Amino acid sequence: MSAVIDSGHAHDHEHHPSGIMRWITTTNHKDIGTLYLWFSFTMFLVGGMLALGIRAELFQPGLQFWHPEFFNQLTTMHGLIMVFGAIMPAFVGFANWQVPMMIGAPDMAFARLNNWSFWLLPVAATLLVASFFVPGGATAAGWTIYAPLSTQMGPGMDLAIFALHIMGASSIMGSINIVTTILNMRAPGMTMMKMPLFVWTWLITAYLLIAVMPVLAGAITMLLTDRHFGTSFFNAAGGGDPVMFQHIFWFFGHPEVYIMILPGFGIISQVIPAFSRKPLFGYSSMVYATASIAILSFIVWAHHMFTVGMPVAGMLFFMYATVLIAVPTGVKVFNWLATMWRGSMTFETPMLFAVGFIFVFTMGGFTGLILAIAPVDIQLQDTYYVVAHFHYVLVAGSLFSLFAGFYFWVPKWSGRMYDEKLGKWHFWLSMIFFNVTFFPMHFLGLAGMPRRIPDYALQFAGFNEISSIGAFGFGLSQILFLWIILKVTVLGRGDKASARTWEGADTLEWTHLPSPAPYHSFHEQPVVK
Amino acid sequence: MTKRMVKAAVAALLALPAAAQAAYQLNLPSPVTRVAGEIYDLHLIMMAIILVIFVGVFGVMFYSIYAHRKSVGHKAEHFHENTTVEIIWTVIPFIILIGMAWPATKTLLSLKDTTSPDLTIKVTGYQWKWGYDYLKGEGEGISFLSSLSTPQDQITGSASKGEHYLREVDNRLVVPVNRKVRLLLTANDVIHSWMIPEFGVKQDAIPGFVRDTWFKAEKEGTYRGQCVELCGKDHAFMPIVVDVVSAEKYSEWVAEQKKKIAAVAEDPNKKWDLEELRARGQGVYSTTCVACHQANGQGVKGAFPALDRSPLVNGPKGRHIEIVLNGKQGTAMAPFGKQLSDTDIAAVITYERNAWSNKTGDVIQPSEIRAARK
Repeated sequence: MSAVIDSGHAHDHEHHPSGIMRWITTTNHKDIGTLYLWFSFTMFLVGGMLALGIRAELFQPGLQFWHPEFFNQLTTMHGLIMVFGAIMPAFVGFANWQVPMMIGAPDMAFARLNNWSFWLLPVAATLLVASFFVPGGATAAGWTIYAPLSTQMGPGMDLAIFALHIMGASSIMGSINIVTTILNMRAPGMTMMKMPLFVWTWLITAYLLIAVMPVLAGAITMLLTDRHFGTSFFNAAGGGDPVMFQHIFWFFGHPEVYIMILPGFGIISQVIPAFSRKPLFGYSSMVYATASIAILSFIVWAHHMFTVGMPVAGMLFFMYATVLIAVPTGVKVFNWLATMWRGSMTFETPMLFAVGFIFVFTMGGFTGLILAIAPVDIQLQDTYYVVAHFHYVLVAGSLFSLFAGFYFWVPKWSGRMYDEKLGKWHFWLSMIFFNVTFFPMHFLGLAGMPRRIPDYALQFAGFNEISSIGAFGFGLSQILFLWIILKVTVLGRGDKASARTWEGADTLEWTHLPSPAPYHSFHEQPVVK
Repeated sequence: MTKRMVKAAVAALLALPAAAQAAYQLNLPSPVTRVAGEIYDLHLIMMAIILVIFVGVFGVMFYSIYAHRKSVGHKAEHFHENTTVEIIWTVIPFIILIGMAWPATKTLLSLKDTTSPDLTIKVTGYQWKWGYDYLKGEGEGISFLSSLSTPQDQITGSASKGEHYLREVDNRLVVPVNRKVRLLLTANDVIHSWMIPEFGVKQDAIPGFVRDTWFKAEKEGTYRGQCVELCGKDHAFMPIVVDVVSAEKYSEWVAEQKKKIAAVAEDPNKKWDLEELRARGQGVYSTTCVACHQANGQGVKGAFPALDRSPLVNGPKGRHIEIVLNGKQGTAMAPFGKQLSDTDIAAVITYERNAWSNKTGDVIQPSEIRAARK
C-alpha cells in the first residue's frame, strides 16, 4: 500500500450550513455516523435507566417501587430500546464512519438516503418513549410482543408498532446504502477478499437486515389488524393461531441477534491483529464462518419455542441445526486466539475490551449450547438462565465490541487520544460489574426463577440482591464512559493523535488519512496493491 | 465408569455451597421423575465438557497474554494461515457436538412420549390462575380452580413473608405417586406456561389449542412451580403446587372431593336473598376480580376501570351480566361465563351492585344468569 497521506483539501467545498442546520441537512457520512453514535448512546442511557428500575424492584422480594403492570412496561421497553435504539444504530454509526474510509470511498453511495435513514430514528424513538404517557402506559407484552397478550394492550402497543415500522424502514434504507457502497465504491485493487473484516461482516449483516426486517413488519402489521380491524391471524376463535406469531417473530428474531453480533465480530477482528502486531489468522475462514453463521441463522428460529409443543421431529431438527452454529463460532474464537499467539501484544483499552469480549462472549456461547439441547432447554426456557445467556452475548458481546471499536477509532475521528487511564478504569469496572450482575442469573434460572416477574419466592432472594448491586455498579460505570467521550470529542482534550495511532493498524484510514480524518476524505481513490 | 466419576465429582462440587446455604441454590432442583433425572445428568455432562474446553481455550489465551507481550520483548511472528489446524478445529467441535446431541435425542424422545397414561388431567391457564379438570382415570369429574393464597399484605410488605411466599395456592393439584399422568394444556385468554422443575415439565398453554405433556413422579412430596410465560399484570402471581401422594391417600382425596361436589350441588331454582348473595359475591370478588378492579373497587387508572360509581354497574343489569359472562374484546376483561357457576356470577354481580358507594339494591338470581347464557 502506498504510504502517501491525503492531507485534506485546501479547496474543500465546505459550503454546508452551520449550527443545528448542519446536522439536520448533512449528507456527510462522518456527520451522520456521529449522529447515529450520539443517538444510540442516548438511548443506551434511557434503556439503562429502565434496567435500573427493574433491578431496584428485584433487589428484595415483595413489591417496593412499581405496580406489576408498570414493571412489565419497564422490562418490555428496556428490551425494545436497547435492541432497536441502542445496539443496532450504534453499529450503523460505526458503518457510516468506517466503511467508506476502510474501502477508500469518498462517502456512502446514497448520501441523502443516509440522512433520511438517520432522521427517521429520533421520530421512532419519540413515539416509543412517549408511549409511557398514553392511557394504560407503554406496551407491557415483553419485547417479543407475543400475541394474544399484545392484542390486549392499550394504545401504547400501537405506538410501539409504528415505532418499529419506522425503525425497520430506517434499517432497510441504511442496509441498501451499505451494500451498494461496499459492492460499488471500493478503491481500485481492493478485491472482495482484500476487504477488512469489519466491512465483510457489515456486508453480510446488511443482507440479513434486508431479508428479515420486512418479516417483522409483516408480523406487527398482522398484529395491528388483529387489534383494530377484526382480523384473526393470531386468534384461534377466528381460525388463527397464536403460535404462528412466534414462528414469524423468531424467523425475524434469530437473524436479528446475529445482526447485533456480526459487526461486533468485525470490530474485534480489526482490533486483535492491530494490538498483536500480526495479521489476522485465517482471514478467508473468518469470512466463510461469518457467512455460515448468517445462513444458519435462518433455520434455527424455533429453538426459541421448544416449549410450545412442537412435533418431536421439529424439535430434533431445530436442536441439530442450532448446535451446528457452534462450529463456525468456534472457528472465529480459535482464529482470534491464533492471531494473538506469538504476536507482540500490548493492552491499551481497545485491546482490553477485545480480549474481554472473547472471554465473556465465549461464556455466552457455551450457555447458548446448553440452551440448544432441547430437553435441557425445557428446564431453562423462560427462566433467568435465558436472561443471563443473552446478556452475555449482547452486553459482553455486542456492547463490549462497540466499546472496543470506540476506543480504537476515536483518535481517527477526533484527532485526539482518549484518556487511557480512565479508559482502563472503564474496562475493569464494566467487566467486574457485568459479571456480578449477570453471572448469578445462571443460578437463578437453574433454580427455576421465571423471567419478567416483579416479585419472587424467597429462595431467589440471595442472588437477586447480588445481581441488583452489580447492575447499579455497571450503570454508574457508564457515566464514566460519558465523561471519557465528552472529554475527547466535545471538549477536545487529550494529546494529538498521529495519523497511524496504533502501530499494528494497517487499514486505509490509518495508512492514508491524517487524524482527525478530513471532512471529505478520498476525493481521489487510493490504489490498493 | 469415567462418565459416572465426572458426574459424581461435579455433583459434589455443586452440592457443597448449596448445602451450606439453601438460599443460594446452584443447580437444577433434585429430579423426581426419570425424564427430569436424565435432563439433570445431561446438563451435568455438558457442563463438564464445557468446563474442559473452557480451561483449555482460555489456558492458551492467558498463556499467550502472559508470554507474547511486547513489554517482555516478544517479537511478532507473521504466520496467518494453517489449513491443517483449521480443519482440525472445525472437525473436532463437530464430533463433540454429535456426542452431545445423541443422549439429548434419546431424552427428547421419552420426554415427548405421552402414550398410555394412568390419569389424564386438563390444565387451563387463566389470567391469573390455573384450572384443573380430571378427565380420565381415578378421580374423573373432579374440577377446580387454583389461585395464589399468599395474602396481599405479605406482597406489599406490611406483613412478614411466609415460607412459601408466592408459591402457595388455595387448591393444590393432587396426583398419585408412580402413575403416568398426562396433562392436556390449554388457556382461556393469553399464553401461559405450566412448569414443575422437579418433574422436568414445562409446557405452554395456548388459547384455542390443546398441547400435552406427561410426568410420573417417583417420590411423594409437595412440588412447586409457577407460570413461566409472560401473561400480563399478575404473571408473577399464579403459582402451581402439586401434591404427589400414595395410591391410598389419593383414593381418600378423590372420595373427599366427590363428597364436596355432591354437597355443593345446589337447587338451581332456589331463591337467594340480597345478604346471602352479597356474602358469597364478596368471596368470588376477592379471588377473581380483585387483581384488576382492586378491593376498593377503584380499579387502576388508565389500565383497569373502576367499578365504584361505574355507570355500567349502576345501569341496567342486562349489560352488566353480559360483560361478566362474555368479557370485553380487546381488553383484559375475560369471559367469566366459562370459569364460574351461575350462582357465583349472580353473587358477584349482586355484590358489585351493592358494594362501596353503589346502592342499586338489585338482587340477581342464578336463574337470570342461566337465562342470559342462552
